[in-house]
Amino acid sequence: MRGSDLRHWVPGIFHTQAFRIVLVYVFVFAVSATALVGFTYWYTERSLDAQTDQIVDAELSELSDRYLRLGLLGLIDEVDNRWMHGGTSLYILADASGQRITGNLLQWPSGVQRTGDFAEFDYQRTVQGNLVTRRARGEAVVLAGSFRLLVARDVYERHLTRRLFTTTLPWSVGLMLLFGLVGGALMSRNVLRRLDSINRTSAEIVAGDFSRRVPLTDAHDEFDALAENLNRMLDRIERLMKGMREVVDSVAHDLRTPLNRLRNRLEETQRKLEADSPFQEEIDAAIAETDRLIGTFNALLLIAEADSGAARGAMTAIDLRAVVADVAELYAPLAEEKNVALEVLPAGALSVEGNRSLISQALANLIDNAIKYTPDGGRIAVSLGETPSGIDLAVADTGPGIPASERARVLERFVRLESSRNSPGTGLGLSLVAAVAKLHGAQLTLGDAEPGLKATLSFPRARKSREIGE
Amino acid sequence: MRILVVEDDLEAQRYLVNGLKEAGHVVDDAADGDTGLTLALSRPYDVAIIDRMLPRMDGLNVVAEMREHGNTMPVLFLSALSEVDDRVKGLKAGGDDYLTKPYAFVELLARIDALMRRRSPSSVKTKLSVGDLELDLLTRTATRAGRAIDLQPREFRLLEYLMRHAGQVVTRTMLLESVWEYHFDPQTNVIDVHVSRLRAKIDKGFEAPLLHTIRGAGYMIRAR
Repeated sequence: MRGSDLRHWVPGIFHTQAFRIVLVYVFVFAVSATALVGFTYWYTERSLDAQTDQIVDAELSELSDRYLRLGLLGLIDEVDNRWMHGGTSLYILADASGQRITGNLLQWPSGVQRTGDFAEFDYQRTVQGNLVTRRARGEAVVLAGSFRLLVARDVYERHLTRRLFTTTLPWSVGLMLLFGLVGGALMSRNVLRRLDSINRTSAEIVAGDFSRRVPLTDAHDEFDALAENLNRMLDRIERLMKGMREVVDSVAHDLRTPLNRLRNRLEETQRKLEADSPFQEEIDAAIAETDRLIGTFNALLLIAEADSGAARGAMTAIDLRAVVADVAELYAPLAEEKNVALEVLPAGALSVEGNRSLISQALANLIDNAIKYTPDGGRIAVSLGETPSGIDLAVADTGPGIPASERARVLERFVRLESSRNSPGTGLGLSLVAAVAKLHGAQLTLGDAEPGLKATLSFPRARKSREIGE
Repeated sequence: MRILVVEDDLEAQRYLVNGLKEAGHVVDDAADGDTGLTLALSRPYDVAIIDRMLPRMDGLNVVAEMREHGNTMPVLFLSALSEVDDRVKGLKAGGDDYLTKPYAFVELLARIDALMRRRSPSSVKTKLSVGDLELDLLTRTATRAGRAIDLQPREFRLLEYLMRHAGQVVTRTMLLESVWEYHFDPQTNVIDVHVSRLRAKIDKGFEAPLLHTIRGAGYMIRAR
């Protein structure tokens, strides 16, 4: 794997579900393995201790018995006999002041003060001429006459095992985690690779290339099943969109053809009439009415197309600031003529993925509306700004505004407020803006500019596809 | 001028042919794509008006075939389809202009006039003049009778477009498409306001107006 690949997928891998699952799994495994080994160790050690304690107890009772029967000399005899003839136990017999009388321990161990209880202590012993410190476990009793007897067994081996255990356990857990991580990374890389191809295909489809499909592999695994399902779904969506497109096209064709004939006929009749014929005006009015009909029809068609997503063909990165400047420039003289100040508030370059023509038309509709409803001497502000969630394009005027209760309603098709019934317009202007917004994944909200209306188009931040697995 | 009309809606075809003939053009017609293509390839026309949806061979294919055969005659597409992506497709296939049905006949006439004019490009001009109005395309300045006229960049482009089509009717839609590059219909007549401002700059204080409003059609710049 090349270095650049590594850099690409290493940060990505920590964000994959597969890696997280493996990580949790490895962690749980490490904890349970440690617990199991720990418990086994603890249990074994306890059993060994119990065994030791049993032997020590037995010896102690034998020796106490001996003392009772044969006295101090008999006990000394027996103790000496035991340690000198290959016994593996440790003994010490001391008087009331702690002075050693006999035994293979050189002195009374300082760790053992209490009697009738097991204790572990270190003691020194010569092994091949060297004095070494070793560990023992034993029990002391006080005999009649205040003599004290300690019987113990060497547990140095067990002590070594325990030390070995406590030093190796962290290492093995560490190794386990390390192997787990590596395994997890490898596994997630595989999963990532498959997911990435699905992701890339989806991104391309979102970008407008609807002919793309998720590639299948020879593995016939769950990912292939997912890919097949996705592809089937995409086929279906494509068919639906194509169907919608065909419906829109045939409705357009079937209505435009007779409208075209109607308009042609009116124009031809007008051409045939004398220039000063009284019917000229009538026909002018009829043509104007036809044009209004065509305008409404075109707007409806465009809304249908935008709504269905069929119009998304020409999506490119567009500079919203340029769009705002151009549309504002188009409307500036009209605003000036109505004595309304049309201001574009300064903004940085902000771009979105979109259709320039449709966004321009939406903005033109908003500004057109604002100019229509702003009284003489009023002000319209067009602003563009970044928000945490994306980019806001807003048109605020100082007109009468729309009452809060009516705002949702005016976005519906053909709805015109009572107060504007008599001004020209199709009543589709805002619906078109809303449809264009929807096509771009944006949101149209109507708010209060105090006074006046503030229409805001909130575009989502441009999607950045994750750069992994390239 | 010789014009080829390829349109399958016979009634629409008749109006179109009659209207063009009345306007003084010589017109041939075809009702399907095959015949249209044969005519286009066998006879010299100044411009072709081709419907987008035709029987036998789609309008887009007719134009694509024409271009493949090296035929460069200007083509205006007529379409009854919805508009958003269709214009782009039409222009990509080799069309020169695109008009959605229903259209105003004056709009069509103005557009084919513009197309035919485009066909004979006079040598690259650096100066345009109409009467005593002069436009210097290099220094981006305008003068009338030697007096400098102060123009905004957009006003300059507007005037340039009008002067390039001096003596021809230029419709509002044509101005919106060429000067502003918008292909939608602004609900209010914003273009009129722009033109009247331009008129105030170039005609005010002069005896003979150059920028004329053509009733029911659009505008024309010409020296009387």
